[in-house]
Amino acid sequence: MTGTKYDAIVVGAGHNGLVCAAYLAKAGRKVLVLERRHQVGGATTSEEIHPGFTFSCCSYVVSLLRPWIIRDLDLPRYGYEILPLEATVTPFPDGRCLVRDSDPERTRRSIARLSPRDAEVYKRFGQEMAELGRLIKPLIDDVAPDPLSRDPRELLRLGRLGKHLRGQGDEWLFANAKIMTMSAVDFLSEWFESEELIAPMAVSGIIGTFLGIRSPGTAYVLLHHYMGEIDGSFRAWGLPKGGTGAIANAMARSARDLGVEIRTEAPVAHLLMQGERASGVVLENGDEIRAKVVISGLDPHRTFLKLVGEEHLEPGLAQQVKRFKMRGSSGKVNLALDGLPRLACLPEYGPHLQGGITIAPSIDYLERAYDEAKYGAFSRKPFMDILIPSLTDPTVAPPGKHTMSIFVQYAPYHLKEGAADWPNQREAFGDAVINTLSEYMPDLKSLILHRQVLSPWDLEQIYGLTEGNIFHGELSLEQLAFLRPMAGWSRYQTPVQNLWMCASGTHPGGGIMGVPGALCARTLLGKRAV
Amino acid sequence: MPIPTPFHERTQALCSSYRWKDWSGYCAVCSFDTSHEREYFAFRETAGLLDVTPLYKYEVSGPDAAALLARMMVRDVSTLKVGRVAYTCWCDDGGKVIDDGTVARLGADHFRVTAADPTLHWLQVAGRGFDVDIEDSSTRLAALALQGPTSRAVLRAAVTGAGLDALKFFGVTRAQIGTTPVWISRTGYTGDLGYEVWCERGDALAVWDALIESGRPHGIEAAGLDALDVARIEAGFILLGVDYFSSKKVVLESRKSTPLELGFGWMVDLERGNFIGRDAIAAEKTRGSIWQLVGLEVSWEELEALYEGFNLPPSLPVTARRDALPVYNDEGLQVGQATSHTWSPILKKYLAIASVHRGYEAKGTKLQIEHTVEYERRKVTATVAPPPFFDPERKRKP
Repeated sequence: MTGTKYDAIVVGAGHNGLVCAAYLAKAGRKVLVLERRHQVGGATTSEEIHPGFTFSCCSYVVSLLRPWIIRDLDLPRYGYEILPLEATVTPFPDGRCLVRDSDPERTRRSIARLSPRDAEVYKRFGQEMAELGRLIKPLIDDVAPDPLSRDPRELLRLGRLGKHLRGQGDEWLFANAKIMTMSAVDFLSEWFESEELIAPMAVSGIIGTFLGIRSPGTAYVLLHHYMGEIDGSFRAWGLPKGGTGAIANAMARSARDLGVEIRTEAPVAHLLMQGERASGVVLENGDEIRAKVVISGLDPHRTFLKLVGEEHLEPGLAQQVKRFKMRGSSGKVNLALDGLPRLACLPEYGPHLQGGITIAPSIDYLERAYDEAKYGAFSRKPFMDILIPSLTDPTVAPPGKHTMSIFVQYAPYHLKEGAADWPNQREAFGDAVINTLSEYMPDLKSLILHRQVLSPWDLEQIYGLTEGNIFHGELSLEQLAFLRPMAGWSRYQTPVQNLWMCASGTHPGGGIMGVPGALCARTLLGKRAV
Repeated sequence: MPIPTPFHERTQALCSSYRWKDWSGYCAVCSFDTSHEREYFAFRETAGLLDVTPLYKYEVSGPDAAALLARMMVRDVSTLKVGRVAYTCWCDDGGKVIDDGTVARLGADHFRVTAADPTLHWLQVAGRGFDVDIEDSSTRLAALALQGPTSRAVLRAAVTGAGLDALKFFGVTRAQIGTTPVWISRTGYTGDLGYEVWCERGDALAVWDALIESGRPHGIEAAGLDALDVARIEAGFILLGVDYFSSKKVVLESRKSTPLELGFGWMVDLERGNFIGRDAIAAEKTRGSIWQLVGLEVSWEELEALYEGFNLPPSLPVTARRDALPVYNDEGLQVGQATSHTWSPILKKYLAIASVHRGYEAKGTKLQIEHTVEYERRKVTATVAPPPFFDPERKRKP
């Protein structure tokens, strides 16, 4: 039994756990962060997987880390730097390609080769989406609205929100209602005619979900993408220098300076319960550490079914937790390269490589990739979102050599043969990725020095992401806002007394955003729970 | 009409934006792309290669070279060791700044002076009676700035005949790039690790090609003046003709600046022998300066709230700006002006370089800066912060 009594223990040093801890410490609380692994960051991690090559193994870009969090925690002073992503290149199998970059005129010309009409509309679409995104931004920067509440303060807040939304006019409301319910493809088809433009745009609607681009509800996720674009002019959106792990390290440094104690290689076995109340944690080595509150930086499944334990949960609650959809659908392939691969469609060296390369050549291609996943197999021809971080950030690879980050979807956690079959299929999955990509980058295979394949099963084993879900639970409409992670428990508090949640499984959700952590701390302090 | 520099053949081939401007009579690239962002990040993350040939350059040599420059410059450059460079300014008799630049001691009796404005006349005026030879080498020499964290690695791959690792901050050395003789100084205008490479104009293209070639694995990018302008404000470097004006060029006495007002006080040693402007500076020191150059950090929260009031997302100019903005105190009185301002992509702050009346220069002083939204002139809080805003360790590190 450890003598010191903490105000709060945060379980898991993922980026949200660190943010939460930092805010609590800033308010003068004594906080201990316990991390199972040897380093902080959780899925916000950079690791030297091959000598001299640093991979952002899991999350690979930062889009929505809120500027106010960056300022509050003074992150640039602790090494937080975001480098711009220059372009998005979509190569097509016939050797043509679509390039969208920061030069509007060049982008317009590139789209015009597919459809002159779409080229005209593209800019206006971006503006309208940014506008929609800006207006719902208050929703992600604050706790989720609670439509069931009878608390007058809550009603006032709802009223203000309603007024804010009504003030935007009918057209805005209709557009919003549509975007909440439509599929990404249907929504984009109202604007564009070229499939070759719609396909790469639609993929932002499915990243991390077990849905296809024709599945209803996927249009909404597009909006999240455009919210990143707003702060984008001031570059919240881009490539973190030193990999995403550098963000976690900056947060940890800031937190430590604020007085937070962070212990790595300190795995928590389960909660320490005092009757029905959480009173601390028990480490795997048997140590007990007490605190006024325990804050879980784990996903909802792990929090309730492992940390608390089903035996402490009422059956109805356990049922609700289990119904919260995790079902990871994506994997990562990280490559160490001996040189810069050439794109068949744009073989010359240029800034177009300093951005994303999207393998999403058509709507049917993506839908077929989803079909395979529906029946329990990884996509033979998957959707891929590729970056070559070393081109913009030379610190991650030796001079002249490169790292390549490949986000791959679909890789369903639940294989037909069972999730436990992933170790048998992992390399075949990696081969499918490399083979597909080689169609667009013919010299890729000859450049590979090392290959790291992470299936959703691996993400679960290594990073503790249940079922390999990168968002701690799917970002689909029925699991967002006041429904995340469960109806009635969207405000970071849990049905277990003194147990709180601060990570991506809570509002507003996943991605390196930091908001769940910050709002959890704000709520805790506001309720004087700590 | 501006004329091409010796690097023009290379820069014009890369300048897809066609964005050029006149710099001291030469065509200079503003940005190679339509946006300067990539070039800015090259300065901060990899290496940016910038044509700085339009800088004015003078060779001062002869037995009295050190004595002349000690007399002309505010800083005592006669104590410079061979192979060292000093940043300094120079004044008129009234102690008002004419220009600022570097003095490099290339040999016991050979100095190279760089300046933003033509300086031959002043060197000759100041040099009367001194046994010196003054050459205007501005057109004879071509110059490149190679700036950024990988610049050393780039040079290491390109250079022979010099120990680059031994070249300290503000050091200068002779070297070879391929078979071409060059001078390399560890100096620059970005506030980052960086070098400047000086060569005969006929060798310019060979040097450019060699640096680009060895720079490729280290992420080298050709960079233009727009990117430089952001970097130099972050580094807190002032610019002649923008943040202050040459005493030789202005009409109003009040437009002139003194070294103390510009934050060059550290250069001044009143105890050493006489130098031009010394008595006036000494008098100012007793009397106190009227102005003080400061850095300002503009409140982003207030800026965001201001735009929110117009139902707009916050927006700032995409490039660094030189349109001076009035700066006010609490009571709404104008107490100065911000002469350069920019959004800093690396610090995520809106920064300004300003001159304010005495009494408002203390770190943390809250001032108000003008900001126009929808044609309406408003004010936003700006806090005094001493420059440099950005000062990475690698700049000085061995």
